[in-house]
Amino acid sequence: MSNRKRRELKENSCIKRLAEVSIIAMVLSLTGCSGPLSTLEPSGPHAQGVAWLWWGMFWFATIVLIGMTWLWWRAMRRDGTNTAPEDLQKKQNSWVLWGGIALPTGAITLLLAFGIPIGHRMLPLDTDGVMTIEIEARQWYWQVYYPDLDITLIDEIHIPVDTPVNFQISSQDVIHSFWVPRLGGKVDAIPGRTNQLRLQASETGSFQGQCAEYCGVAHTYMDFIVHAHSAEDYAAWQEQATDEPRIIDNSREQSE
Amino acid sequence: MTRHQQFEKIWGNLPGWGQLAAVNHTSIGRRFMLTGAVFFIIGGILAMLIRTQLALPAQEILNPNVYAQVFTMHGTVMMFLFAIPILEGMAIYMIPKLIGTRDLVFPRISSLGYFCYLFGGIIIMSSLVLGIAPDSGWFMYTPLSSSEFSPGPGSDFWLLGITFVEISAMAAGVEITVSILRTRAPGMTLSKMPIMAWYILAMALMIVFGFPPLILASIMLELERAAGMPFFEVAAGGDPILWQHLFWLFGHPEVYIIFLPAAGIISTIIPVFAGRPLVGYRWIVLAIILTGFISFGLWVHHMFTVGIPQLAQAFFSIASMMVAIPTAIQIFAWIATLWHGKVTYNLPMLWVFGFLIVFVCGGLTGVMLALVPFNWQAHDTHFVVAHLHYVLVGGMFFPLIAGLYYWLPQLSGRMPSETLGRWGFWLTFIGFNATFLLMHLTGLLGMPRRVYSYSGGLGWDWLNLLSSVGGFVMAAGVGMIILDVALHFKFGRKAPHNPWKADTLEWATGTPPTPYNFASIPRIETRHPLWDKPELADEMARGEHGLSDIDHGRREIYGTDAITGKLKEVIHLPTNSWWPMISAGFLAFVCISLLVRVYPVAIIFSVLAACSLLRWSWENGGHRVMAPLTQEEHERDEPPLHSRTCDGPGLWGMNITMLADAALYLSLLFGWLYLWTVSPNWVVPESSAISLPGLLLSGALLSIGTWLYRQNVKRLCGGDDSGLMGRLGLTALLAMAHLLVLLWVTVSADLAFTENSHDAVLLLMLMFQIFHSALVTVTTALQSWRVKYGYVSKLLPYEPVVLKPLWFFTTAIFWVSFATFLLLPMVWGGGV
Ligand code: HEM
Ligand SMILES: [Cu+2]
Ligand SMILES: [Cu+2]
Repeated sequence: MSNRKRRELKENSCIKRLAEVSIIAMVLSLTGCSGPLSTLEPSGPHAQGVAWLWWGMFWFATIVLIGMTWLWWRAMRRDGTNTAPEDLQKKQNSWVLWGGIALPTGAITLLLAFGIPIGHRMLPLDTDGVMTIEIEARQWYWQVYYPDLDITLIDEIHIPVDTPVNFQISSQDVIHSFWVPRLGGKVDAIPGRTNQLRLQASETGSFQGQCAEYCGVAHTYMDFIVHAHSAEDYAAWQEQATDEPRIIDNSREQSE
Repeated sequence: MTRHQQFEKIWGNLPGWGQLAAVNHTSIGRRFMLTGAVFFIIGGILAMLIRTQLALPAQEILNPNVYAQVFTMHGTVMMFLFAIPILEGMAIYMIPKLIGTRDLVFPRISSLGYFCYLFGGIIIMSSLVLGIAPDSGWFMYTPLSSSEFSPGPGSDFWLLGITFVEISAMAAGVEITVSILRTRAPGMTLSKMPIMAWYILAMALMIVFGFPPLILASIMLELERAAGMPFFEVAAGGDPILWQHLFWLFGHPEVYIIFLPAAGIISTIIPVFAGRPLVGYRWIVLAIILTGFISFGLWVHHMFTVGIPQLAQAFFSIASMMVAIPTAIQIFAWIATLWHGKVTYNLPMLWVFGFLIVFVCGGLTGVMLALVPFNWQAHDTHFVVAHLHYVLVGGMFFPLIAGLYYWLPQLSGRMPSETLGRWGFWLTFIGFNATFLLMHLTGLLGMPRRVYSYSGGLGWDWLNLLSSVGGFVMAAGVGMIILDVALHFKFGRKAPHNPWKADTLEWATGTPPTPYNFASIPRIETRHPLWDKPELADEMARGEHGLSDIDHGRREIYGTDAITGKLKEVIHLPTNSWWPMISAGFLAFVCISLLVRVYPVAIIFSVLAACSLLRWSWENGGHRVMAPLTQEEHERDEPPLHSRTCDGPGLWGMNITMLADAALYLSLLFGWLYLWTVSPNWVVPESSAISLPGLLLSGALLSIGTWLYRQNVKRLCGGDDSGLMGRLGLTALLAMAHLLVLLWVTVSADLAFTENSHDAVLLLMLMFQIFHSALVTVTTALQSWRVKYGYVSKLLPYEPVVLKPLWFFTTAIFWVSFATFLLLPMVWGGGV
């Protein structure tokens, strides 16, 4: 084998190895990013938007960080005392103008250009075909009330897939925060006011939820589960649930 | 006796227990920093407990109850007892040395601040020892921290203890501001100040404006808990979100209060080791000012999940991202300085390098969190825990250690060990990143903050284990630094003078410094005195410049113009005094008796504290122990002593204090307007419970009093002190009459202050007014009395001038309150 060929082969296998490694890394990072509460394994349009945002910001930030570190390192290593004094002032100003003002301004603009539309789509603006569920948080459970069905569940929510759901969230005691990471962002449950959160599941399955605002000793255990059903399954669940209410709502009457 | 021995005798501390009476900034600054370091170790141990508990899933080493106390105390200790005080201590220690003077301008205030900090810290820590520590998180959200859901004394420890400690921050804020503005070496214009002084000035002013919202909020929550005044209770017309606004109105600026002095350290060190002046001094000053302003407009980014209106969220989101601009300006100015210089690479620079990486990373995640949709996912998760540590540890701890190594030779006269120091750095740096870098991912994988445990299989196991291991590596690094610093006091090589060839005046003091810093005070003509005139240090030590006379036996410094640095007066400072410690001690007992809720005892100690503060104020101006009038003082060709002038530093101190007071008052006004417009169950009673005629009478008396007081001061400064005692006495009587009417109005008002938050706020407003009115009455009466002793006269007009802003402020808030608390609701109708 000629030297050239051998080198080529070596390079080839190098590239191959590189590809292999990066595939493994990708798989690893994907599995590393999945989990029952992972915001990076989205199952709804809102969480999906944020996950994209995150990856975009992550890569951008990584590049900025590496760039800054490199610049700093270079600056520490070189001898810059030989700059001609007449250039110095101009050079110094351009550091501040480009790095100090242009760079962050550009980055912020870029960020907002992507961030604002994604955020906007998460808002409960349109109302067609939206289902409403009332959530009332207490130390330390979630009371789930379906106004249409007049049933109440505890720590358990059933929703139809691909249907926007408005959660009306409030609290009876301290401040809690309602969060289903794989479906979307969180909103605080605050005594005296009702906050709205729009969520939507794009696939069937069970998604864990968790209280995110410290609310006392059992905060850790204040979790719940959201079951997203296909249309038929949801209808079936509705049927069964209205037939025989699984939890009779006493607390609601007492508190009013 | 040589001149130096004479200086030493006048400026030194008392021996033995007398050290407790020390007021010297070098001593007080060192004590602040040492105490802060101890609290850092305590906070670090708590952090290790957290990491131990979270190392593996489903552990029960700490139960949820203890865990809550541990994370709350970790945050509280780190923020309130470590970060802020240690930087205050650094400022107290450095500022006079940097601006070429001998002490801060109100030395007894430094001492009071220290003891409030120490006693407050001990009180707070005692709760942890007793197992009844606060447990609602370091931001104490109501209603979790209210008496219904936290019936134990934990929240009281937090509210009272932190407020007590806050006295020291406020004291330092006012004192440092005035010192920087009024006691720079002659000729040092604002633009010739070392850049560090700009940073510290910004920090001090931000303390002045930033802390009052929290002080007010703490008072309100404590009143709610102890007296049932329902400011934050929804059912009675309050709103828990008001607490969040007030807390973060303090809390966000606080982050920059911590970051700015740390950035000042960076801006000081880099030019020295690059061997050239800082690039873009003016840009950086601009950036500092911008940061200061913007940081007061960002607080809502901590509340994006609260359900604030969209538009407001967008505003605060963009404002938050804008802070990146002044920060980037500084970072690129630093890079440019390094770029155009030749860098000496050593231990302080290693920490500076570590700072850059860690802080930039924290800044980047900060911009991410400012983006509302992302915030909705990441808020209250371990992503935020990671972010805040990158910013706090990167933006504060790393620069602090850089500064420590940089100034250690100045402080001790010895050099630290490079080897141990390097080990300390790398262990800390690697340990820190191992702990917190992947913690971002832990958060994104859904781990909320403040959970005491978690079950396995959620993808968090290895991440948490790694974080815990990293935490212990970092702890080892910190241990190494402590060891290095401790050893260097004994084994370090003797440091040469100005070992780093720095440009600023602190290197012209002795190493270690003498209590008077400089034997003589030069005129400063440049921004880099020691570079441009290397022989200056020796000249100063030989006493060839100003104020080298010590035969008068007073502690004297120069007072100069705030902007131009023109010499204005000679300020004579008080010497060692026991009053600060005694006053702080009484205040500590007030704090403790409020904690155990024995109110009569609390009142007794409040009176004692007030008496000792007044007794302290007695030793001022022409008093025997200060600077009594003498014959020969008129023959000096030096500028006048400050107590002989009408715009001395005391007036500045009072003005800055009034700014803080105004911030406090505006917070109260904000609370009123907020509850009125936002609170869901806000009820305005049908008819006003307060007697309007009575209030008008009271206001009229106060206004006449103010007018009279103004006339008195005008005459006095015009050189006419005839009948001064009677005039001041009459003014005090007017104030007293006003106060009595106000008291009568308050007592006779039928306020349902435990049932209705409207009435509770009204009562608080009245209490605020009564406090100021009483202060005006007592201090004016005291002035009248001092005339009798000859401490106040046309030759000594200083003190009545100092009180003038207090009069104006008291009158101003009276009428503003009258308009907003009483007239405005009437105009808008008492509608329900
Ligand atoms: C020595 C290394 C440190 C470690 C390993 C550490 C660890 C932690 C951990 C794990 C938490 C989260 C607790 C939880 O949410 O359950 C936490 C919270 C916090 N840490 Fe640290 N920390 C360290 C140093 C610092 C420093 C230097 C500061 C400030 C200057 C600081 C300020 C805070 C604050 C403010 C919180 C929030 C507390 C709360 O949620 O109430 N930490 N720390
Ligand atoms: Cu919770
Ligand atoms: Cu903030």
